[in-house]
Amino acid sequence: MDELRILSPTAILGYGFPAESLAEGMANKPHAIAVDAGSTDPGPYFLGIQPGEGGASLAQFARTMAADLRPLIKAALQARIPLIIGSAGGAGGNLHVMGIARLIRGIAEQEGLKFRMAQIQAEIEQSLVKEKLRQGKVTPLGPVPELSPDDVDRSVRIVAQMGVEPFVRALEEGAEVIVAGRASDPGMFAASPILEGFDKGLSIHMGKILECGAIAAEPGSGGDVILGTIRRDHFLVEPMNPDRKCTVRSVAAHSLYEAADPWRLSEPGGTVDLREVSFAQETNRRVRVSGSKFVKDPVYRVKLEGAELVGYRTICIAGVRDPAALAHLDEMLEAARIRTAEQFGDLGRAQWELYFRVYGRDGVMGPLEVESSMAHEVGLLIEAIASTQEQATSICMFVHAQILHYGFPGRTSTAGNLAFPFSPQDIPAGPVHRFNIYHLMEVDDPLVHFPIQMIEVGDD
Amino acid sequence: MLTLDVFFKEREIFRKVRDAGVITKASLAELYRVSEDDILEVTFFEPAEALKISIKRWVSSAAPGDTDVFGAQQHVPLMSLSFELEK
Repeated sequence: MDELRILSPTAILGYGFPAESLAEGMANKPHAIAVDAGSTDPGPYFLGIQPGEGGASLAQFARTMAADLRPLIKAALQARIPLIIGSAGGAGGNLHVMGIARLIRGIAEQEGLKFRMAQIQAEIEQSLVKEKLRQGKVTPLGPVPELSPDDVDRSVRIVAQMGVEPFVRALEEGAEVIVAGRASDPGMFAASPILEGFDKGLSIHMGKILECGAIAAEPGSGGDVILGTIRRDHFLVEPMNPDRKCTVRSVAAHSLYEAADPWRLSEPGGTVDLREVSFAQETNRRVRVSGSKFVKDPVYRVKLEGAELVGYRTICIAGVRDPAALAHLDEMLEAARIRTAEQFGDLGRAQWELYFRVYGRDGVMGPLEVESSMAHEVGLLIEAIASTQEQATSICMFVHAQILHYGFPGRTSTAGNLAFPFSPQDIPAGPVHRFNIYHLMEVDDPLVHFPIQMIEVGDD
Repeated sequence: MLTLDVFFKEREIFRKVRDAGVITKASLAELYRVSEDDILEVTFFEPAEALKISIKRWVSSAAPGDTDVFGAQQHVPLMSLSFELEK
């Protein structure tokens, strides 16, 4: 095989894509459709969430996911090519994989489709991580502290990022649809090329560019289609929407994306060395990339992500416009903080946290803000985090009431210091998580912790 | 970790800025008012005419107290960085 084509319909499953772009993509006869369905970008909430918890539960996103899945499944099956989904459900735990698999089975039933589906899990047991830790096989990734057994015990869910190998195995076993848990971003896209013997460095580098859909094009878009074509010693990328184009700038920029070191892309099992990479404008909308080399690590390591529960959050949003109130804003916030500590003294100081973000002053940059001026109005975001949702809501309500009725010196308008946009003022926002594991773990082989289950869908 | 990627419009400007040595861990630490140890990486990447800066986050993404989960709006101090270049 001289070349292989991989279609990437969108940056994240659920972001959508124009039907025309998908049609154009399929007209190019790709050999596989691959899509990244998750990320740590939105934070640890989706990693930490438990069944039935929170307002933003996984079920909320079912409609959005199905809207993307339906045309992709149909297109893939019609063209008899695999559909490969990785980091399912945002965080790629077992709950998330099952949720997406259930959606897919529902679509299959509605559309009368039959296919072989592979489910690949990525959740890791606490006991395994602690054992590896004891063996000195767990190390920090970046500026994070060493992992302790207590950290592991506090994690409500731990996933490992699988490399390309489990996807290759599932394809070898005849999977037509693959739903995988947490995976390293390029893995879904590099699997078919690697299975067909294309260069691993080129395959993974191409996967890294394709995984964000048309973000690697100009104008960029997270909701549009891009096609990758890999050949023996180079690969090409091109957007499917005629209003976009790939340029050397847009593609090279995407190689830097989310990586600490622009010259080396760290992946499970090795590194892609970009020191001899070259980007060339092949046509006015297609870019050619060559020179990417895969360097195998002597020890295979996977990235672990773990989340712990911090508490429950309730928020209140209100505007402040009165210039006199604005001039006394900090005084009001401080007074509210002190009074709240008195009122909720029984909870114990370590049991709750209170945050104020003042949009219009330093809500976005916090301590990094260099501007000292304040706008003519501010948006105040009050956030209470406590051990239970009820406590968080009680605290938030008390705080907003303190600020609302605070009698600062020179106050002439006593109706209230806060402009609430709606009722209720205090909005329970569900569980709060924190990433508490962000470490590398040595594994004996690339497949052992990523079990693959094959299911014949539509065969009841 | 916060990563900021700066893309220069022209290769000449990229090279002059790189060679002038004005963007360093020290100058960025001063701009962001953090310690130099918190500026993790300052790398000029010629294939994309880009400068990559990595800064240790003052709070982990989406941890309590965070103001920008995606780190999407923290590049603003760079916009006020000014310096002289040789012709």
